[in-house]
Amino acid sequence: MKHPRIIGLALAAAFCWGSANAEELTGTLKNIKESGAITLGYRESSIPFSYLDDNQKPIGFAMDICYRIVDAVKKELKLDKLEVRLNPVTPSTRIPLMANGTIDLECGSTTNNTERQKQVSFTNTHFLTASRFVSKKSSNLNSIDDLKGKSVVSTSGSTNIKQLTEANAARNMGVNIITAKDHGEGFLMVEIDRAVAFVMDDILLASFIAGSKDPDAYVISKDAFSKPEPYGIVMRKDDPAFKKVVDDATAALYQSAEGQKLYDKWFMEKIPPKGLNLNTPIGPELKHEFAKPSDSPDPDSYKAM
Amino acid sequence: MFSNFDFDVILRSLPYLFFDGMTFTLTLTGLAALGGLIFGTLIALMRLSGLKLLGRVAGLYVDLMRSLPLVLVIFWFYFLVPYIGQWLTGSSRPIHVGAFASSLVTFIIFEAAYFSEIMRAGIQSISSGQPAAAQALGLTYSQTMRYVVLPQAFRNMLPVLLTQTIVLFQDTSLVYVLSIPDFLGAASKVAQRDGRLVEMYLFAAIIYFIVSCFASFGVRRLQARIAYVH
Amino acid sequence: MNYHWNWHIFFEPSPTGTGDYLDMLLSGLVLTIETALCAWIIALTTGSIVGVMRTLPSKAASWFGFGWVEFFRNMPLLVQLFIWFFVLPELLPPSWGLWMKQMPNAPFYTAAIGIGLFMSARVAEQTRAGINSLPRGQKLAATALGLTTAQTYRYVLLPMAFRIIMPPLTSEFLSTIKNTSVAITIGLIELTGAARAMQEFSFQVFEAFTGATVLYLLINLVVVIAMRFLERAVAIPGYITGK
Repeated sequence: MKHPRIIGLALAAAFCWGSANAEELTGTLKNIKESGAITLGYRESSIPFSYLDDNQKPIGFAMDICYRIVDAVKKELKLDKLEVRLNPVTPSTRIPLMANGTIDLECGSTTNNTERQKQVSFTNTHFLTASRFVSKKSSNLNSIDDLKGKSVVSTSGSTNIKQLTEANAARNMGVNIITAKDHGEGFLMVEIDRAVAFVMDDILLASFIAGSKDPDAYVISKDAFSKPEPYGIVMRKDDPAFKKVVDDATAALYQSAEGQKLYDKWFMEKIPPKGLNLNTPIGPELKHEFAKPSDSPDPDSYKAM
Repeated sequence: MFSNFDFDVILRSLPYLFFDGMTFTLTLTGLAALGGLIFGTLIALMRLSGLKLLGRVAGLYVDLMRSLPLVLVIFWFYFLVPYIGQWLTGSSRPIHVGAFASSLVTFIIFEAAYFSEIMRAGIQSISSGQPAAAQALGLTYSQTMRYVVLPQAFRNMLPVLLTQTIVLFQDTSLVYVLSIPDFLGAASKVAQRDGRLVEMYLFAAIIYFIVSCFASFGVRRLQARIAYVH
Repeated sequence: MNYHWNWHIFFEPSPTGTGDYLDMLLSGLVLTIETALCAWIIALTTGSIVGVMRTLPSKAASWFGFGWVEFFRNMPLLVQLFIWFFVLPELLPPSWGLWMKQMPNAPFYTAAIGIGLFMSARVAEQTRAGINSLPRGQKLAATALGLTTAQTYRYVLLPMAFRIIMPPLTSEFLSTIKNTSVAITIGLIELTGAARAMQEFSFQVFEAFTGATVLYLLINLVVVIAMRFLERAVAIPGYITGK
């Protein structure tokens, strides 16, 4: 009975020796190779980055980028098959789930900033957006100060709710801050008049308005809570080998014509499930970043050509 | 009031609600009840074992679980289980645990405290003549428990255990706080996507009501029959 | 472990601008206690009435009590809170609905009433069990003395019944406190909600939840000790409850 074990151990040693010749795998790459699977975290209502279509399947701009990354990982690890597992996340669960190993990549609309970089890493930026609020035209709210004393909703765990909380304290606005579990719920609060405004990144607000029952009833504020901040796909900190693979894959994608086509697919054409067209041409700062991909958390570093 | 009630949204989402949502809820309920019962019986035996340290540890565990809200325990385990897995398997990083597995662990560990109290009451209600007779017959402790005491305790406490399972069935709805897709979570997703809160939440309430009603009715009849046997 | 511990997080300022994270947890604690107390008062009053109704000779009262208990027991608390919070304002006439939705502390009132009614079913069952556990002779003797039904309940049955059910009522009160955590789904930032907010702003998951756990254990301890005092204070020597 001992022989099969010895043979097995010998084979394992030979295998390890063989792969050690190529490169010592660590961290996420090691996990992926050993389990044969990679887990992507997706969002349920971050249109058009990562959201559920009519068949409850996650699709979106960030999802497509992630699938390209998965292809690059598969090539890098020389695997015949790489199983892709999908795990839903919300703004408040995405970072803890990344840290505790439940997901390997988070593909959504996560803002890249220095504070978050203490917990996780980001790859090259795939969008730039500023924090604004949406309200019904009938509420006549134009500036941030108009929100004084009112009920305002934002999504828990987002940078936007943090900015709203800080603005509320700094300007003494007495706002009643309502938290929503995810963006869909937040916009719903404004729809049913539970809140007068929903603070969120303006591109997401635009997609919610476009998809609502009565788009003309809503308006996005001109006032912003922040400068345009970068979105990045998230991965674990302190894993340079994995980061290199992901950075190389995203940089290659953004710099190629395929990157521009992917952008147009989600922002300039009709998207499922309702066939909306967001009609948002690529901004000059983002165009410059696509040519020279960067994962910087500093909004000021993103300048137009 | 019900003028623009949209029955259509309920009909369209029935497959998703029941095949995805209700399956999750019922599977979680069933497995957690089973696991909780087994683990709870073990805890009850620990408390009644007469060994002071074992009894103390078990007692502390039960008191801890009964003092904490289930929502808090759900949050704890959702973030903690991968680290526990890492510690148990000695791997270099937290292991991947899905939403269902983490919910299952949470509910087994939480409900075990409640099941253990029920089983403890059941075991203590067996007259001491039973284990005494078993010992006289030469059975060991584990044989006594397995063949004499536990079967009787289980049958006596069956109605209470089933009632606790119904409570567990209702408690599974709390995984909503982590957007885990159980029956209520599924109804909620459809409600938010289509803006039909009233229809979906009322429908979910009615379904939970019907299932719990039937189940408690069944338990009451069972209780009557068991009482008759004695 | 790839987790970065930071126990000093409790003393770091929170983004709400109202002090540090410990203050955030403590204000959540205060809200938990307030909600639990309001809910418990509602539960005690309505629950006792319904429990008494179930023991009354009148068929109608008995059926109403049965219906009340079954209605509130067979739906999860979370679903009930959703009905009160999301569904009810939509079903009322638009102006009433709007008033309900724009009310400044809507989650608090909804949670207190919703949890109160949910617990009232359990209080009703305990009251019924307490009254039914009294010797039949009590009620008969009261009738023989010429007391009306109301007087029988007020002077003979209820005082004893409540003393008997004090231990189970203590655990129901502890349940009420634990159930306030369900209200985080309708936006009430009580203790569990505050711990969650702390986790989201600071990323220190386990510190935040440990803080909340310790505070819940403290509440439990205080309530158990307080109820023990209360029991001893109202105990009638020589009876089941007296020692």
